[in-house]
Amino acid sequence: MDLLEFQGKQLFARVGVPVPEGRVAATPGEARRGAEELGGRVVVKAQVRVGGRGKAGGIKVADGPEAAEEAAAAILGMDIRGHRVNLVWVERATEIAVEWYVSFTLDRGAGQHLAMVSARGGMDIEAVAASAPEAVVRRHIDPVVGLADWQATDLVYRAGLDRAAARSAAATLGRLYRAFVDLDCDLVEVNPLVLTAGGEVIALDAKVTLDSNAFFRHRDFEAFREAFQEDPIERLAREKGLGFIKLDGSVGIIGNGAGLVMSTLDVVSLVGGAAANFLDVGGGAGAETISGALEVLTQDPAVNAVLVNIFGGITRCDLVARGIVAALGERELPWPIVVRLDGTNAREGRAILAQVASEKVIPAATMLEAAQRAVDLAGRR
Amino acid sequence: MAVYVDETTRLLVQNLTGREGSFHAMRNRAYGTNVVAGVSPGRGGQELQEVPVFDTVAQAVEATGANTTLCFVPAPFAPDAILEAAAAPGMRLIVCITEGIPAHDEARVVNYLRRTTQMPLVGPNCPGVISPGKANVGIMPHEICLPGDVGVVSRSGTLTYQAVHELTARGIGQSTCVGIGGDPVPGTSFVDVLSRFEADPGTRAVVLIGEIGGEAEEQAAAFIKEQMTKPVVAYIAGFTAPPGKKMGHAGAIISGSSGTAAAKKEALEAAGAVVVTYPTEIGEAVAALR
Repeated sequence: MDLLEFQGKQLFARVGVPVPEGRVAATPGEARRGAEELGGRVVVKAQVRVGGRGKAGGIKVADGPEAAEEAAAAILGMDIRGHRVNLVWVERATEIAVEWYVSFTLDRGAGQHLAMVSARGGMDIEAVAASAPEAVVRRHIDPVVGLADWQATDLVYRAGLDRAAARSAAATLGRLYRAFVDLDCDLVEVNPLVLTAGGEVIALDAKVTLDSNAFFRHRDFEAFREAFQEDPIERLAREKGLGFIKLDGSVGIIGNGAGLVMSTLDVVSLVGGAAANFLDVGGGAGAETISGALEVLTQDPAVNAVLVNIFGGITRCDLVARGIVAALGERELPWPIVVRLDGTNAREGRAILAQVASEKVIPAATMLEAAQRAVDLAGRR
Repeated sequence: MAVYVDETTRLLVQNLTGREGSFHAMRNRAYGTNVVAGVSPGRGGQELQEVPVFDTVAQAVEATGANTTLCFVPAPFAPDAILEAAAAPGMRLIVCITEGIPAHDEARVVNYLRRTTQMPLVGPNCPGVISPGKANVGIMPHEICLPGDVGVVSRSGTLTYQAVHELTARGIGQSTCVGIGGDPVPGTSFVDVLSRFEADPGTRAVVLIGEIGGEAEEQAAAFIKEQMTKPVVAYIAGFTAPPGKKMGHAGAIISGSSGTAAAKKEALEAAGAVVVTYPTEIGEAVAALR
């Protein structure tokens, strides 16, 4: 789960990484009051879960409360790469001397943690990494042992961070790594980590992705969601325990298992259509899960036809069929459903559907045939 | 012949008395798998449909000679259960079905096992391993399998079933099907399984099912190119999937252009594998190898 900047900074503060003091605001008036409390110069920053805020005009410096109110009025409601700004973070301005880049993530290829540090932090770190890869220093960290102090120090010196601040930079790396591990993050990225004119090391930004698999030991993390403006369809899908991603085509997809669903999207595309979504009902889905998945798709007006592609393992095809029948009984479904069932209890499932087969429920023998039928019904790209 | 599991498998089921554990243990026994013991702490001394239950893995191994474990322990406790199994003398394979283990826990366990033991861990978050006609150590629907000489290895569960289904429909049997799972740090890689298939006299050809993300397919391609003599048919899912989890700049920097389906397909083709476009072509492509 990606966090907003101010939420990431709250977590940094917990582990002792210095961050500028600030206030969250949902209205220009709140931003003004925040700036009054902080006093002096502030920075008003759009809170969206996407990069490139600065270039999009979502970060403005304000000399006082009035200017902060104006800046917030300009930023709130802004669309930044498809994300609407509903909150701003008003923080005390920092006198930046130097900008660095630091991140901790999991390198899947190596199966180990990866630290990346650069003395050339700031907006164009991706360009730096592409044009001057040697400017981004990397080190794998053994997850069993963790980041040793000497490794943090080595990263600081190899990256060429300012020698005078080496000790506090290394200590900050250590604390950020602790946040990465102890708070179960998939990613901790600070760009920029700054050295202030006064010689302090401060995290001026925070990009944190939490591992939702670990929420059982971080009960308070679920509350972070309250600040997000979740898409209503995505919220409904999440509440029903479905893996869902909205796409921009017209064929609604329901399948079991991420691999099979991804493959279904590909096959729909290969036969000339485009999927409206990725929807994975997971393993062992019952009738209720299937009817719930169909309900989720009724909320998307872009869907013209639905393709249900199930290969039963733990999932039983007879229960899938019952779920489809139940959904038909509960509400008028606005589109036809092409259904392909194979695997556990497929014969029973097909027999159940045969009883309700109509122009609304169309059985298909194979995945390819099902995709072709669904695309015929939904329309081509 | 087969790899990982066969007639000599003596299976222990961790969390045998749980819903999933009992269901699949009994299903696998009915298929002919030698299910010798279960572990559910606090339930030692009981029996579940004549399978003795023990409090600890060590007790179960000592009493029954179990040499393989199938782990259904819930995610918060599964890392510990894996380490317990790895510490038991005589254990030779751990298969972990559990989904949802925190990534840092998984990374610690996998790195620890790599360093301290030769014992393979298949999974977590995988459908397990089946050697058709010999043993099913996992949750794959064995009805769709057919004994034969094609090895199958996959990161995806249901897509594995799809591939096996395509093979069986053409009368092409399988030596062993291995689901390595889709987690960030799997215990077993494509390369681990490919090297076993390469060495297995009972395996003539291999089907590899990959998907977007990570570098496992690229690593497999390098292995195929350098060390494999047996033919490989591959399928990659996710050509049209949006970039899944946004990992910010760090992700973009690590993966660069790799991790995409197109890059994986290209790497596998360059290594000499036949990469099919539709999953339905897997059977045809393997049949064409004969």
